[in-house]
Amino acid sequence: MSAPTTIPLADSAHPSAPAPRETPAPVTPKPRALRLRAAGGTGVRYLLLLVVLVVTVGPFLWQLSTSLKGAGESVFGYPPQLLPHDPTLDHYASAARTVPVLSYAFNSLLVAVGCAVTNCLFGSLAGYALARMRFRGRRIAFGIFLATMIIPFETIMVSEFLMMRSLGLNDTLVGVMLPLAVTSLSILLFRNAFLGLPREVEEAAVLDGAGEWQRYARIALPSVRGTTAVVAIFSFVFAWDDFLWPLIVLSDPANYTLTVGIQYLSGTFTNDQRVVAAGTMIAVVPLLLLFFTLQRYFFRGVGEGAVKG
Amino acid sequence: MTGRRWYAPWLFLAPALAVAVTFFLIPFGNTVVLSFTDASTLGGGHFTGLDNYRRLLSDDAFWLSLRNTALYLVVVVPLMVVLPLLVAVLVQRRIAGIGFFRAVFYSPVVASMVVAGLIWSWLLSSDGLVNSLLRAVHLVAEPLPFLTDSRLLLFSAMAMTVWKGLGYYMVVYLAALANVPRSLLEAAEVDGAGPVRRFTSVTVPLLRPTMVLVATLSAIASAKVFAEVYTLSDGSAGPGGEARTLVYTIREAGLGLGGEAGYASAMSLALFLGTLGLSVFVTRLNSREQQA
Repeated sequence: MSAPTTIPLADSAHPSAPAPRETPAPVTPKPRALRLRAAGGTGVRYLLLLVVLVVTVGPFLWQLSTSLKGAGESVFGYPPQLLPHDPTLDHYASAARTVPVLSYAFNSLLVAVGCAVTNCLFGSLAGYALARMRFRGRRIAFGIFLATMIIPFETIMVSEFLMMRSLGLNDTLVGVMLPLAVTSLSILLFRNAFLGLPREVEEAAVLDGAGEWQRYARIALPSVRGTTAVVAIFSFVFAWDDFLWPLIVLSDPANYTLTVGIQYLSGTFTNDQRVVAAGTMIAVVPLLLLFFTLQRYFFRGVGEGAVKG
Repeated sequence: MTGRRWYAPWLFLAPALAVAVTFFLIPFGNTVVLSFTDASTLGGGHFTGLDNYRRLLSDDAFWLSLRNTALYLVVVVPLMVVLPLLVAVLVQRRIAGIGFFRAVFYSPVVASMVVAGLIWSWLLSSDGLVNSLLRAVHLVAEPLPFLTDSRLLLFSAMAMTVWKGLGYYMVVYLAALANVPRSLLEAAEVDGAGPVRRFTSVTVPLLRPTMVLVATLSAIASAKVFAEVYTLSDGSAGPGGEARTLVYTIREAGLGLGGEAGYASAMSLALFLGTLGLSVFVTRLNSREQQA
């Protein structure tokens, strides 16, 4: 919209300008040529958008196409065929027969939902204390949370494994979940959200005799629904996509989450690309659907988490 | 607002503190302690002073991982700073259908690294799509060994990192671009600055803090790279593990059969100091440039 309006505006300013340093060859502006140029600019923009589109989405589409190609159809790309001649869902069934994809998906779902709930609950509790309560040791508590952000998980994974083993939680989904149960990012997001609320309402509640718990549960938490949604979604996706930690802590294939399970599927049955492709589609399609329905929260989360954090 | 009960704040903090202490601070402390012992992953261990660190200095696998990780960082960080910015500028203007493009450009971020790895290993395999396209236009006669040559494997992993991170940093840049005052851009336009000149002379200087942020985030992420290399090589990090990264080597040393928790911990601390150093370095660099 703005392209066609700004360009003629700027150029029509030239004739009235006192002394143009470099007089353009055609002194009289040609509206038609300008409009063409603007249209050309938009055309180039769409062309570039299409190029990026092919690069970002092409790999997904190729995988989807592979997963749908019939057994008699060549999946090797010479010459490449995007549209399957003989589309079939058989490979989804055989991916599910080869490894228990559905039970892996269920494990992932348990872990991801669990992490979303605990991050919202514990994160908001801690964030509320940091934002609204005055007490000795608040700075220390805040410092502990910041410190955990500086420690990359990769540097403590060996000791984390030993810790889980001594707790008897190795090879359990609880063990997968616990280190992600409440991240410092969630706490900080909630703290900032609570700091942004007007104090007056809560102060009025204090006068009415409301305790900390009531102020948190009845007033503060219901006022930060947007942040709660962002934390829930990001915790869910992070837990669903996590690979390194489940790979370390889970050893029995029956307990695998989807990411580890899909890697296992490809390691075991690399000979049929159609089945592996179907498996990856099972792992990624639910998340893509979640993303396309809730995309504004994703964009908000990146903005709040990365720019302010 | 003073609580009536002194312990009330600690009740609110208890679950989060318990997780932070049990699963971050104690394991970190334990990593430091273990790094001075010869503990195996099964247990035991005696104090051995600086032996693990001395051993690091002469460990070829460690140096190879360090070199690979450094190369990763040097290639990926500039790409991550520049490419998502260009894409953000491309999708900034609210033209028809832009919401669709933004969402689709972000979609690789949502996929897990394993899914991305499997998709890319199929694309890059010797009879995969990329090789057949290259052969179709007669750029190469033989398929390129994207996944079976260690050096190429590392570059393939880098390409995948960029592909997957593009949308994330695009959104970060979009948030920053929204704060570039329109009046400045229009003033530059009146002065006869073309789109390229407006971008380099107005937008980029104003975005410098965001570019530093993106450089820091992507540098730390590159220092910890693991899943890309692991999934593209089916867990082998290339022939002879030649494409190994630091995290790959730490995991192999500390958690495989006969894992050496002590030695792996020393390597982990080296990685920790590296990431810490990176963020300090970038912050310093930024504050000095702002003073100049």
